[in-house]
Amino acid sequence: MTRFIPVREAILAAAILVLMILIASRFAGFVAPSNLANVFNDTAPLIILALGQMVVILTRCIDLSVAANLALTGMAVAMINVAMPGLPIPVILVIAIAMGAVMGAINGILVWKLEIPPIVVTLGTMTIFRGIIFLISDGKWVNSHEMSPAFTGFPRAEFLGLPVLSWIAVACVIGFAIMMSRTPLGRSIFAVGGNPHAAVYTGINVGKTQFVAFVISGALAGLTGYLWVSRFAVAYVDIAGGFELEVVAACVIGGISIAGGVGSVGGAVLGAIFLGVVKNALPVVNISPFWQLAISGSAILIAVAFNARAGRTKGRIILKSAETPTGGTS
Amino acid sequence: MTDTSVQARHVPDRLNTRAYRTFRSWEALLLAVAIAIFIINSFASPYFLSAWNLSDATFNFTEKAMIAFAMALLIISGEIDLSVASIIALASTAMGLALQYGAGTPELVVIGLTVGLLCGAFNAVFVTVLGLPSIVVTIGTMSLFRGISFIILGDDAFRGYPASFSWFGQGYIYWVFTVEMLLFVIIAVIYGVLLHKTNFGRAVYAIGNNPTGALFSGIRVQRVKFILFLLTGLMSGVAAVCLTSRLGSTRPSIATGMELEVVTMVVLGGVNILGGSGSIPGVVIAAFVMGLVTFGLGLLNVPGIVMSIFIGLLLIGVIALPRLWAMYAARRA
Repeated sequence: MTRFIPVREAILAAAILVLMILIASRFAGFVAPSNLANVFNDTAPLIILALGQMVVILTRCIDLSVAANLALTGMAVAMINVAMPGLPIPVILVIAIAMGAVMGAINGILVWKLEIPPIVVTLGTMTIFRGIIFLISDGKWVNSHEMSPAFTGFPRAEFLGLPVLSWIAVACVIGFAIMMSRTPLGRSIFAVGGNPHAAVYTGINVGKTQFVAFVISGALAGLTGYLWVSRFAVAYVDIAGGFELEVVAACVIGGISIAGGVGSVGGAVLGAIFLGVVKNALPVVNISPFWQLAISGSAILIAVAFNARAGRTKGRIILKSAETPTGGTS
Repeated sequence: MTDTSVQARHVPDRLNTRAYRTFRSWEALLLAVAIAIFIINSFASPYFLSAWNLSDATFNFTEKAMIAFAMALLIISGEIDLSVASIIALASTAMGLALQYGAGTPELVVIGLTVGLLCGAFNAVFVTVLGLPSIVVTIGTMSLFRGISFIILGDDAFRGYPASFSWFGQGYIYWVFTVEMLLFVIIAVIYGVLLHKTNFGRAVYAIGNNPTGALFSGIRVQRVKFILFLLTGLMSGVAAVCLTSRLGSTRPSIATGMELEVVTMVVLGGVNILGGSGSIPGVVIAAFVMGLVTFGLGLLNVPGIVMSIFIGLLLIGVIALPRLWAMYAARRA
C-alpha cells in the first residue's frame, strides 16, 4: 500500500502543475514567485487545518467542528485583546491553542469514553460552538480599530521574505511529517485506522489515540482561530462558515481514505494547495467566484472516485467504528 | 413481570410483555419528553396554547420531517445523505429558472420533484455503482448542488411565484390544519408502512445490520440503496416545493444547514446512526419535540443561533445519556 502513496501524490502534484500552466497561459503574472507566495500564504490556514483533520480521519473519525472551533477561539482571543491590549502575543497564542485543545478534548472524550460516533459528536459541537460565539459576543463584531497593532501585525510580520503565517504552516508541515513517520504516536495513529483490532493486540489504546487526534485537530483549529482573526482583523459569529467542508475536501482530494489508515502529510498539503490555487485563480481568469463551491464539490467527487480505484481492496466502512469486518459489497 | 423466585437456573417462559417493552422503549421516553416540553411551554408563555400559534409552529418541522423519514430509511440501511439541503437549493433554483420561462404551478411542482429525483439518482450512482462511501460523496454533492445554484443565481434571487403556487406552503386544508401538515401526515404513514410492513422495509433493516449477510440471503443490496437515495432526493424535492412556496422566493442560500437538523431529527427519533435499527413513529415524535422546542424558545425571544445550541445539546445528549446510564448501571451491578 505504501508504494502507491507516492504515486498518488505525484499525480496530484502533476494536476496542480497542469492547472498552474493553464492559468499562466491566460495570465502569466499568476506564476510569479511573489504571487505564488501570496497564494501559499492565503492557503496557510487551510493547510494547518487539513493536517489536523488528516490525523483525525486516519483514526477513522471525522471532525466537522474545526471551523466553529476556529471561530470561537478567534472571537475569544479578539475579545481578550480588546479587554487587555497589553497582553503579549505569545500569551495570546498559548490561550488560543489551549482553548482549541480543550474543545478538541470535548469531542475526543465523547468519542472515547461514551463511544458516540464522531460524525454525530462533531455535528453537535459544531452548532454548540457557533452558538456560544453568539452568546459571548452578543452578535457584535470586533473590528480592526479595536484590536491592538501587535495583535493584528503578528501573522503579517515578514521573516526571510515570507509572512509569519506562512512560516507557521511550514513549521506545522515539517512537525507533522516527523510526527507521523518518526514517533510512536504517528505510527499508532496509522495502526488504529488501518486495523483497530490488531492495534488493540499490539497494545495501543484505540480510544485514547482517537482522543489525542481530536486534541491535535482542536489545538490547530485554535491556533488558526487567532491567525485568521488577526490576519483579516475582524471577528464575528460567522467567520469561516462552512470551512470544515473545505478542510475535509482538502483531505479527500489529498488521497486520505475516509475509511481510515491510508493517507500522508504530503497528500493533505497538496490537497489544500490544490483548493488554494483554484480559489485564487478564479478571479484571475475572469470566472465568477460563485463557481468556487461547485468546483470544489466536483474536485471531491473526482478525487474520491479516483482514489477508490487505487485502494479497491479495502472494504468501505462508513460510520462503523469497529466490529464489522467488511462494509458494502460491489 | 415473570416469576423471579430464587432458583438455580430460572428460564422465563416468555420474554417481557409487549406492553412492558413499549413502555420502556425509546419512543415512549421521547413522547414523555415531548409532553413535558409542551407543558413547560404552556406555563412559560401565555401565547403558546393558541390553535393558530401551534399551527404556525408546525412549519418549524414539517419540511424537515418529510426529508427525515426518507433519511431515516437511508441511515437504517447504513448510508447517509448530507446533500439534502443543497438538493433543496438546486430544486428551488430550477423552479425559479422555469418561472422565468413562464412555467405555471403544475410545471413548477413537476420540475421541483424531478430535480430532487435526479439529484438523488446522482448520489445513488456514485454510492451504489461506483461503490464510494456515501459520506464523502454527499459532502461533495453538497458543495456541487449548492454551487450550481450559486452559479445560476449569484447574489440574486428569483421572485414572483404565481399565487396558486403559494397553496403548498401557505394554504390551509381546514381551519388551522395546513397543507404541509397534511403532506407530513401522508408521508409519515407511507414511510411507516414501507419500513414496518413491507419486504422492502425488512430488507432495509437487514442491509443495515449486515450488508454481506443481506446479499447472501438474496437481497439486491445495491438496488435497495439506489431506491433509498432516490426517495431521499424526491423528499428533498417535495420539501423544496413547500419551502419555496412558503418563502415565495429563491436564494442560493436557501435551507442552509438544514441537513444537520434533519440528521438530528432522525437520531433523536432513536435511529441508530450506525444503521440497523430505528422506527418511523420515533422520527414523528422527534419532529414534534424539535418543533416544540424551537417554537417555545422563539416565543421566549431566544435568537435562532442560541436555539441551535439546544439542538446540538439535544443531539449529543440523547445519545450520551442512555450510554452514561448503562455505564452507571453496569458499575452498580
